[in-house]
Amino acid sequence: MSNPESIKSIAYWQKHEETIDRTALESFQKELLTDTLRRVYKNVPFYRLRFDRAGLDPENIKNLHDIRKLPFTTNDDLRLNYPFGLLAIPKDSIIRVHTSSGTTGKPKAIFFSKKDIERAADLIARCLVMTGTGAGDVLQNMMTYGLFTGALMMHYGAENVGALVVPAGPGNTERQILLMRDFGTTVFHITPSYALYLASVFHESGIDPRKDLSLKRAYMGAEPYSEETQKKIEQLIGIDVYNSYGLTEMNGPGVAFECLFKNGMHLWEDHFLMEIINPETGKVLTDGQEGELVLTSLRREAMPLIRYRTRDITKILTGACACGRTHRRISRILGRSDDMFIVRGVNIFPQQIEHVLMGMKGVAQNYQIILDSYDDITVNVEIVRDLFDGNIEHLMNLRAEITDKVRAAILVKPKVELHEPGTLPISEGKAKRVIDNRTI
Amino acid sequence: MDKVMQISVFSENKPGKIEKITRIFDQEGINILASSITSTNGFGIIKLLVDKCELAHEKLKQNGFTVTLNEVLAIEMKDSPGGLYEVAHILSQRGINIENAYVYVAKARGRAFLLVEVKDIEKAKELLAKENLSFLTYEEFK
Repeated sequence: MSNPESIKSIAYWQKHEETIDRTALESFQKELLTDTLRRVYKNVPFYRLRFDRAGLDPENIKNLHDIRKLPFTTNDDLRLNYPFGLLAIPKDSIIRVHTSSGTTGKPKAIFFSKKDIERAADLIARCLVMTGTGAGDVLQNMMTYGLFTGALMMHYGAENVGALVVPAGPGNTERQILLMRDFGTTVFHITPSYALYLASVFHESGIDPRKDLSLKRAYMGAEPYSEETQKKIEQLIGIDVYNSYGLTEMNGPGVAFECLFKNGMHLWEDHFLMEIINPETGKVLTDGQEGELVLTSLRREAMPLIRYRTRDITKILTGACACGRTHRRISRILGRSDDMFIVRGVNIFPQQIEHVLMGMKGVAQNYQIILDSYDDITVNVEIVRDLFDGNIEHLMNLRAEITDKVRAAILVKPKVELHEPGTLPISEGKAKRVIDNRTI
Repeated sequence: MDKVMQISVFSENKPGKIEKITRIFDQEGINILASSITSTNGFGIIKLLVDKCELAHEKLKQNGFTVTLNEVLAIEMKDSPGGLYEVAHILSQRGINIENAYVYVAKARGRAFLLVEVKDIEKAKELLAKENLSFLTYEEFK
């Protein structure tokens, strides 16, 4: 794992943009914001109506704070305007559509112009160069290719920096390992839940990735995960893991990314304007305060979104980063405001429980949270096969320890059930960690 | 004293576990000599004394069971009233605490053995060495 002391060369893909000083960056942002607002006012009736109601004239933006006069764009707005309602360019000029999975009702459609795709690929290229990937690397892309942006944008970015891309997609783990062996994969792009599963398959098939494979690093995103999970995967597979944040509504992956110093994710502020709000009141919070991330795209042509509520909970980290980039960092995603659930009146994020479990010896990779009533929470945990010694007392102690630690973290005493490794549902895509069986 | 090993299998509170274990034993020609089940709220451990313990361990592992092999004391006792008392008395006199125990009756009630799990097996063996006890050997399985 990289030791910051030993980091000698810091590389950039677009050095000027990545290291631009804050004053210049902010005036650039204002210019881009004015341009974006002008474009949507002219071309998107939905936004024109909103601007008029708010009394905001795109020709008269004085500073970045003026944006606060506008209401938020939400998931529902995207669904109501599905499919073409938020297009800011003629239909003929769009070259790609991606959709974001809607679990309820209509999906969301996100359109891209040629330039939008190029810029998204450039942002990914920044992320890859920032973390040491370039020509000579073999990048196995284990995200889903298709309507989901995760795999395709990474694919383009990796080709831009000259890496050899193995477009494996997710699943079929035996074949993934074969590809890693045959092509000498050095980098892979994966969801955290699939990475945990991959690590257990390595273990079970007697593969020592440190000796048998050439893996150096992984890019992990698409689901929130804890620092403990990141460290666990680094240690199990013997690689550096870099946290990746993105959403289809804002290009896909590469909106924010960890640098070699792994101290939060640099959010590319020359492409996105970020705000953190209180998800309940909508009030804008200050740097360092935890809340929901709200993004305004500054350069997207096909479908710019103004003050889009991401539902992701994070905070802005202040202070300079040793890598020299001036773009502010956000903390790892602490949860999705959608994922939050309430038990006995207490707000709980699944990540709080994951944080405890992944830090414990004797607990394997997979876990599940079951909600059967508003008073009870059951946590299903897999035990580590190698630590099983046939002594029931040891297992009872482990269960008691998990119960205590989870209770300390979430303030509700859970019912903890121990399961055999490999018996909880595995996932080769996005994991479903919370099973909510409650009805109102 | 032969090392007598038992198989311990982790079991969730779900039906079908013993069926799966015994199906594998049937296929592999493994004979169960004695067994015990310890369970607590939600999960349990199945302990088995079998004739081919290495093979049983290997096959269960291959089939994805969470399983371990560990040594037990297999102390012979008289298969008659007072037989267990005699052995239990010696263990208590020597200060050996029984963590878990079950009985194996060999050769159609010819001989009986108390299978005892203790914390420190080496120490227990040492303590019992001077006692007039006989222990199970693998000859008994044939």
